Amino acid sequence: MAAGASSGGSAKSDTYAEARNWLLLPSWIVIGIFVLIPVILMLIYSFLTKEFRGGVIWEFSLAAYDQFFFDRGLFGDSPPVIEWTYINIFWRSIWQAGLATLLSLAIGFPTAYFIATRPEKIRPAWVFLITIPYWVNLLIRTVSMKFLLRDQGPLNDFLLSIGVISDPIHIVNTNFAVQLGLFYSYLPFMVLPIYASVERYNFALSEAAADLYATKWVTLRRVLLPAVKPGVIAGCILVFVPSLGSFLAPDLLGGARNFMIGSLIEEQFKGNAGNWPFGAAASMILLSMVLVILMIFARQQAKANKGDA
Amino acid sequence: MKPTLNSILKSGTAALALTLGANAAVADEQVVVYHWFEYMPQELVDKFTEETGIEVVIDTFDSNESLLASLKAGALGTYDVAVPGDYMVAIMNSEGMLDTLEEGELTNRANISEEWANPSFDPGRQHSIPYQWGSTSFAVNRDAYSGDINTTDILFNPPTELQGRINMFDSQGEVMALASLHLGIPQCSTDRAELSALNDLLQEAKQHWISFNSDTAKEVLVSGDAAAGMIYDGFNAKAREEGANTEYAFPTQGYVAWMDNVVLLEDAPNRENGIRFMDFLLEPENAAMLTNWTAYASGVEGVTPLLDEALRTLPEANPPAEAGAAVFIEVCDQETQAVYDTIWTNLKN
Repeated sequence: MAAGASSGGSAKSDTYAEARNWLLLPSWIVIGIFVLIPVILMLIYSFLTKEFRGGVIWEFSLAAYDQFFFDRGLFGDSPPVIEWTYINIFWRSIWQAGLATLLSLAIGFPTAYFIATRPEKIRPAWVFLITIPYWVNLLIRTVSMKFLLRDQGPLNDFLLSIGVISDPIHIVNTNFAVQLGLFYSYLPFMVLPIYASVERYNFALSEAAADLYATKWVTLRRVLLPAVKPGVIAGCILVFVPSLGSFLAPDLLGGARNFMIGSLIEEQFKGNAGNWPFGAAASMILLSMVLVILMIFARQQAKANKGDA
Repeated sequence: MKPTLNSILKSGTAALALTLGANAAVADEQVVVYHWFEYMPQELVDKFTEETGIEVVIDTFDSNESLLASLKAGALGTYDVAVPGDYMVAIMNSEGMLDTLEEGELTNRANISEEWANPSFDPGRQHSIPYQWGSTSFAVNRDAYSGDINTTDILFNPPTELQGRINMFDSQGEVMALASLHLGIPQCSTDRAELSALNDLLQEAKQHWISFNSDTAKEVLVSGDAAAGMIYDGFNAKAREEGANTEYAFPTQGYVAWMDNVVLLEDAPNRENGIRFMDFLLEPENAAMLTNWTAYASGVEGVTPLLDEALRTLPEANPPAEAGAAVFIEVCDQETQAVYDTIWTNLKN
């Protein structure tokens, strides 16, 4: 396993050695046009001077990054101190996305395990069922969720009618509602990669562990989890990263009382602020953070793979 | 026009917009309108096409600021006319985005009613015509609170019954304007003490606000998610229609007036058709059709006798005698706007 996933079946692929570069070309063009160029544009814009009410002036400036890290008071002329506002906003977003990821993992892992342990014939049907709600637009799902959760909504009506509660629980416009929304939006991204890993897992290993007097808990922790770790990590990244930048769930379910990273950036381009360089700088800082997180994961993965060999 | 890369891209966008529109193959004349969502009845669009043979292609935006951002990002030259709000007309004009309506070009210019013929945001109506106008304040659910609601205290210093049950617009301009009226300070004040007081007021009042939502301002009042909330006059009329026991407030401290306008854009690909579209909207018959549908108010002379009876007596359109003045949102200079942005970010932190 030392070489990891990158070179799986390298002997076979020699047949296509010459064609390989050409076959990759379409992907490179798509990545280049739709990912690299926009990111480079953002990077450049973040170092330009802001134009009043949107737009940029082509003069080098560090003002956007200065605004992010230094607080100069309401009128911009106090001696600079460290700016906590944006760090708070980032921290709040990371915290929300993190909790949503944990929630997805807690529900997604057993679900994936359940599907992978069904007879092979009906597994596709279960996967199919998981994807059905996602044929509907995200906005509509989020609004529907708000209808379900609200004070006079079906959930509260039901709980009131069976007498579990005597007053409606306030869920809409709380952080918990945002986490529920994010969790619900991105759950399949957690289930599907874990399912793919668990499906390939050799259950004879679990039996062997049991034969060796391992408890169920120890088997799960020491045998199953290490084997399906790549799927778990992939799932966590796929839920965490989009949650971090999302603004639909925070706005609709959280009441938009506080900025999240996504809404802060949106405000710079579409709101009154009209501060494109600052929006670009905030995006670059977010992007760098995500990259660092991915690199830490990748390193751990590489280390773990070396350990296996 | 030289076929620059830019113009090729622009005509490409327009062509795409045309293909996406209905009956693309039939009409060879078109007018491309940049409009708010659900702000023009289909009958009126069809009527225009019927009378003129010009097809209407509509693209939508969701706020004045996103209209500006989109035009700034290069969409100018794609559209013939747009429908910005009052202060945005002034901003777009200062950005050089508006074409001038020359003398005599607009046949129905005389139909613009006297009070809207010379507004502060477009003196002499050189670039725009009235579309609809109305006011912005707030509404209170009468089941939740029965006291006096014609005061901005409802939002900024609410009675116990409404605390923690108020929805605000997620829009800096309207919130700042109402807060300034509450404090009795001028909009876009440059006085430091006044700006600090504005910041403190919002920080203090935030604990009473459950959410910031503009798009669903009506919906949260109807559903009961909020017991009071900022709202446009016409939205509250619709909320009552949907069964909400809400009352629209006319605060004695004053409230916000707004007017949406049809402007002729710079580099309009079908300038002539744009002007015909504006003329069409200035016909009292058409303006009345629009107003009966939106439940706001028209800026066109001779519309009143054509309005539905219910609309003429609408409580949202008839402020009581003791109501404060209705004021337009002002456009701040760069320095004050920077302070406003900081106050807004502080509020939403």
